[in-house]
Amino acid sequence: MSDQVLSFEDLTVDFEVGGTTHRAVDKVSFGVQPGEVLAVVGESGSGKSVTALAALGLLPSNASVGGRISFGGDDVLSMSRSELTTLRGRRIAMIFQDPVGALDPVFTIGAQLVEMIRTHQPALSRGEARERALELLRMVEIPETRFKYYPHQLSGGQCQRVMIAIAVACDPELLIADEPTTALDVTVQQEVLDVLLAMRSKISGSIMIITHDMGVVADVADRVVVMRKGAVVETAEVHELFDHPTQPYTQALLDAVPRGGLRAEAPADSASDTAPALSIEDLVVEYRGRRGRTVRAVDHVDLVLNPGEITGLVGESGSGKSTIGKSVLGLAPITSGEVRVAGQALTKASSADVRQTRARIGVVFQNPAGSLNPRATIGQSIGEPLAVHRGVRGTELRGRVEELLDSVELPRAWAGRYPHELSGGQRQRVSIARAISLDPDLLIADEPTSALDVSVQATVLELLRSIQDRLHFACLFISHDLAVVDQVCDRVAVMSQGRLIEQGDRESVLRDPQDAYTVRLLAAAPVPDPREQARRRGIRLAG
Amino acid sequence: MLRFTIRRLIELVLVFFGVTFAIYAAVFALPGDPISSLGGDQPLSPAVVERIRDLYHLNDPLWSQYLRYLGHLLTGDLGVDFRGRSVAERLAARWPVTIRLALTAWVIQVVIGVGLGLVAGLRKNTWIDRGVLILTILIASVPIFVMAVTAQLVFGVKLSLLPIAGVSDGWPVSYLLPATVLAIYGLAAVARLTRGSVIDTMSSDFVRALWAKGLSRRRVIGVHVLRNSSIPVLTYLAIDLGALLGGAVVTEGIFNLPGVGQLLFESIRVHEGPTVVGIATALILIFLITSVIVDLLNSLLDPRIRHD
Repeated sequence: MSDQVLSFEDLTVDFEVGGTTHRAVDKVSFGVQPGEVLAVVGESGSGKSVTALAALGLLPSNASVGGRISFGGDDVLSMSRSELTTLRGRRIAMIFQDPVGALDPVFTIGAQLVEMIRTHQPALSRGEARERALELLRMVEIPETRFKYYPHQLSGGQCQRVMIAIAVACDPELLIADEPTTALDVTVQQEVLDVLLAMRSKISGSIMIITHDMGVVADVADRVVVMRKGAVVETAEVHELFDHPTQPYTQALLDAVPRGGLRAEAPADSASDTAPALSIEDLVVEYRGRRGRTVRAVDHVDLVLNPGEITGLVGESGSGKSTIGKSVLGLAPITSGEVRVAGQALTKASSADVRQTRARIGVVFQNPAGSLNPRATIGQSIGEPLAVHRGVRGTELRGRVEELLDSVELPRAWAGRYPHELSGGQRQRVSIARAISLDPDLLIADEPTSALDVSVQATVLELLRSIQDRLHFACLFISHDLAVVDQVCDRVAVMSQGRLIEQGDRESVLRDPQDAYTVRLLAAAPVPDPREQARRRGIRLAG
Repeated sequence: MLRFTIRRLIELVLVFFGVTFAIYAAVFALPGDPISSLGGDQPLSPAVVERIRDLYHLNDPLWSQYLRYLGHLLTGDLGVDFRGRSVAERLAARWPVTIRLALTAWVIQVVIGVGLGLVAGLRKNTWIDRGVLILTILIASVPIFVMAVTAQLVFGVKLSLLPIAGVSDGWPVSYLLPATVLAIYGLAAVARLTRGSVIDTMSSDFVRALWAKGLSRRRVIGVHVLRNSSIPVLTYLAIDLGALLGGAVVTEGIFNLPGVGQLLFESIRVHEGPTVVGIATALILIFLITSVIVDLLNSLLDPRIRHD
């Protein structure tokens, strides 16, 4: 075992919260080999991040750790504070999920790089450290002119490159990357992963990457550790894992990854006899930005949703996809153009008409915890639209709420529970029940599963589709995840920088994209197949 | 940065005119006639009253009096009081006392308040943290005159460590006792604010990343945490300095310090309008200038404000 860079032996981590002890990591054993990229994969609560933080002695003070962590033969758990300080950064470096938050907002990125270099190489002069910092910035492909920029002046992807530059500054023996690309768009994710893998040849050490994304695993890993509920489920070489998973959980995890083509082709009904459920004509949305500049979030967009169709609106952050959803709901200012819901124009109608029309629209937001009133029971939340718009009261209301709970496959008795008693997936089911309570003609789902684990996401998407099959509402499904859109949508519209650049039925857009941006987006989304990812990377690096 | 400064200065000028006019109007709306009380028990003859009213343009409409006042103010002239003494000179004699008192109190607040807050924040939920909270609140809930008189009794009379009242011993000896009493009332707020800010910063992602970089505890806390947590505290401290400069009426009274607070109190009591307005104007200027300095300091400390 001594040839391993880092090894965990029977690691247990307990957190004490308010007098009760909660075990986050339970007898975890695995090791990182020299020079390899090891992926630790698992859903939220699997203990993967806690395991990584333990290796650096970075756990909060209410954690108690048992077992053994050895790094290059030294026992990390028995190290003093000053020994840990010499270990961190110098021998084990770490990068985190939220790159903008991981940099001190009040110092320039150059100062933070120089600080790292001078802490671990005090012999270097200020000028030499600066030279080295500039060299590192070039290495992660950040222009030298950005040296004096503050973190908030850079994009998330750029900040993560800076973090990588800081992490590799002292040539660590091990680089731990905790969900390094989760907060980033797919095209940016790909660039950051490329930079990260390029470091492999530049530093002599190993990389341990923690992720929930099987696509990222397939893309970068040599070996994989699968964790669940604080324990290791399976450890395998990457091809082995994807081809022949030995554990049912690994299999389930792989199955839950959304893959396209599960939905049958849309029935070829050209719903010309009825008005479209939603029609957006030449929509422009502008916000007043800083210093009086206007920011055009949506730029002359035309989009039509027919009744009974699910249309996926895809794009990266800042593409304007959510703004379109908001403008339909009256939450974004319509600068010009028209939004019609079931033929009713929203900009010209009286406020009473608009209210009535909006009652025909259901909404599901990304964060189910934030969109449910924490002080209302889920029964109250689900029943509120019925009480407000239909005047349903008493037993009838209770009956309707129970039916709605049935339809989202939650127990009827849960009507009296509060949101904090539910898991994320269950809360999102409540949001869906509330959204369909008025039997809407149009459902707007804004990243409804982005905050959920893959296995939960799979069941929520399943549910959404079966309800849509039954109720036949039109649905505007806003998402950044092409695989999810591929799985549930009939039609797909792709947005970039406020413009709608391509739309059509699912097969034509996703299998035969015409626009260069769509092609790039599709190529950047990692698929859970190591061979395919290796092939793509080869093509990309070749030219 | 330049744009930011200019914008703040324009705001300052607008606020200055608005507030000085409000004070000016308020003082002249006070009940009672300042001129007739000049004579004490003997009523002045109507001719004399009329002459004084004329001299001070008291028969003009309010707006024209205000404009005339502003005109003088721009040349640095605060006018004369009803006894013909220059308001500016009277103020000039008082300011040094008040400024010494306020600055001393402020420094005590910064050092002890921020220090206690930092310790409490770094040792959150320990007995030290709770002790700081209880102590500061307990002290702040004692009325100021009780605190002041007790301090005089203990440190002045019993222990004979410090002078009881007056400024005859000069700075710092004469000012230590009143400044400490004055400072105690801001301590709880400064300590609490610092504590909260330190806790927020310590639990932020970037501090965890700084530990992971392998920085020393001294560097993480002394450079990164301190600078990030000082931003909200600084705002409070600057406003507090403004309040200390203008609000030490009771303390100046108890410790018999001939400062601006005492002068203000006396002037209001005898309807000495020009002096009241003069002091108020000076205080407004102090407030406005400190708030601009705070904004500029904040934007130096926090680049996100600077680039907004």
